[in-house]
Amino acid sequence: MSSIPATDVDQRSRRDARHDAWFRTLLKCCALLVLATLLGAALSTLWGGREVLFKGGFHFLTSDTWNPVTDDYGALAPIYGTLVTSLIALVLAVPVSFGIALFLTEIAPNWLRGPVATAIELLASIPSIIYGMWGLFVFVPFMANIEPALSDTLGKLPLVGKLFQGPPLGLGLLTAGIVLAVMILPFICSVMREVFQTVPVRLKESSYALGSTTWEVVWDIVLPYTRSAVIGGIFLGLGRALGETMAVTFVLGNAYDLSGSLLMPGTSISSSIANEFNEAVGTHRSALVALGFLLFVVTFIVLLIARLMLRRLSRKEGN
Amino acid sequence: MAASVYLRRRIVNVVALVLSACATLLGLLFLAWILWTTLKSGLGAITPHLFTRITAYADQGGLSNAIVGSLIMDVMALLICAPIGVLAGTFLAEYANRTRLGATIRFLNDILLSAPSIVLGLFVYVIVVLPMSSLTHGSVSFSGLAGSVALALIGLPVIVRTTDEMLQLVPGTLREATLSLGIPQWKMTIQVLMRAATSGIVTGVLLALARLAGETAPLLFTAFGNNFMTVHPLDKMESLPVAIYQYTNDPSPDLHAIAWAGALLITLFVLALSLLTRMLFSRHKVRYD
Repeated sequence: MSSIPATDVDQRSRRDARHDAWFRTLLKCCALLVLATLLGAALSTLWGGREVLFKGGFHFLTSDTWNPVTDDYGALAPIYGTLVTSLIALVLAVPVSFGIALFLTEIAPNWLRGPVATAIELLASIPSIIYGMWGLFVFVPFMANIEPALSDTLGKLPLVGKLFQGPPLGLGLLTAGIVLAVMILPFICSVMREVFQTVPVRLKESSYALGSTTWEVVWDIVLPYTRSAVIGGIFLGLGRALGETMAVTFVLGNAYDLSGSLLMPGTSISSSIANEFNEAVGTHRSALVALGFLLFVVTFIVLLIARLMLRRLSRKEGN
Repeated sequence: MAASVYLRRRIVNVVALVLSACATLLGLLFLAWILWTTLKSGLGAITPHLFTRITAYADQGGLSNAIVGSLIMDVMALLICAPIGVLAGTFLAEYANRTRLGATIRFLNDILLSAPSIVLGLFVYVIVVLPMSSLTHGSVSFSGLAGSVALALIGLPVIVRTTDEMLQLVPGTLREATLSLGIPQWKMTIQVLMRAATSGIVTGVLLALARLAGETAPLLFTAFGNNFMTVHPLDKMESLPVAIYQYTNDPSPDLHAIAWAGALLITLFVLALSLLTRMLFSRHKVRYD
């Protein structure tokens, strides 16, 4: 029986080791591209917007004028619009998503769960431009019809009444918030549904055995157990809402106003960029890139919180 | 006393369950409303002109250049992001699964997954459009290539994540068996593990396609738009979402009709893709779970 000379084996394993090292480096470079993309997006928008961001200290962050003629830019109106529409979206989408997740995990018969869950997730795959078109051509006229009723009822309330007074344009912060709510609903819902399913069955059964109703099991057992992940899911939805462009651009009305009423038109960071970027030159363009930087920083922080909260539950699970 | 507490608890329970069913109906109602509107307005506007004429004819025209532009940019975007994404996902699953670097990249990839697409568009504008414009003294600025890069950045995290997850589902015994035969790790990764996870990886690529095909915002300032037919990647290029955006902003109802037809095409394409991937995915899950 002849043996393989040791030098051949050495040579071959050395070659394999070399190839392995190359392959590993190639893979690592590709993975580092993900980091480079995030870092690059932050740095390039910071660089592109430096002219406006660092002019006059905090002027860009504190001024509400947006005047391309005099090249005087303040981001307050777009920031306000972004925050208000996202908050409306959260206020509406969170309870509805919770309801749907509850229905899908506790109430619905098994044969109904799959199809309904798929249908809700399809909402997430509809392109945002379709939401925008539907919003403008169908939902804005619809809102214009019901806004007088809103002003007459909610508008008469003390404290919150001022939010619902104004001309029934259909366009505006409230409409944009509702369209956004429909858009982010599937994201929040799918996180809630997934984490509700991770609750150990014995916990729920113990509670049922003590005589709890379904609602009490969900509210007192399931929700506390999954709290951090549910908050993570809500922040994930918030991150989506903050950065969404096409769904809000058509229905916001594109007005640089800081109005106290939700029925008035406004603007948001992303819709300002989408509307004006291609007509803008010089400082104007730089101001829009600076807006992009602000948006990126804010959504990055929100998504960071979301992911950290989501990770806490999976730690608990022992993964 | 006890009876009234019990009654109250039961009433709260029933009210909560009814409200949750109503929430589900509300969600389904919005889905049906949006799909129905798109279908009704889109079907009425589909004509032969839609596929044969370019957007330069405006209300007498179609969307042929936008359809071709979208196809070219989507394919180019996949050609860019699929190899990079698959390799990066492989790194996370096979080489850096338990390391700090791997955890960090996985975490940041999840953030990139839901990062605002308009900012990624600005990023590509600054790193591709501006340098190309200054290199060529302005003769090339916005281009189909820049549009594809922007779309690739949107598809990339989807592919990284699915590849990572799918490779982790491959049983460890397969790795041990292969390595014990003396096969180098790179060969095992490509010829054994990737082959075992092929359908999962393909699912990831299709998911990425479904995601990037409907994107509008990043194309506005990378590919820009073009009323004429072009297949050259360095020309400004029209795409379906951008054409829809421009026509929706126009006051003319004839253009709105064309926009709805385009919207129907995109929606059908994206929904078909997501349903297809769902089927592939569920088949795949059964095999490994």
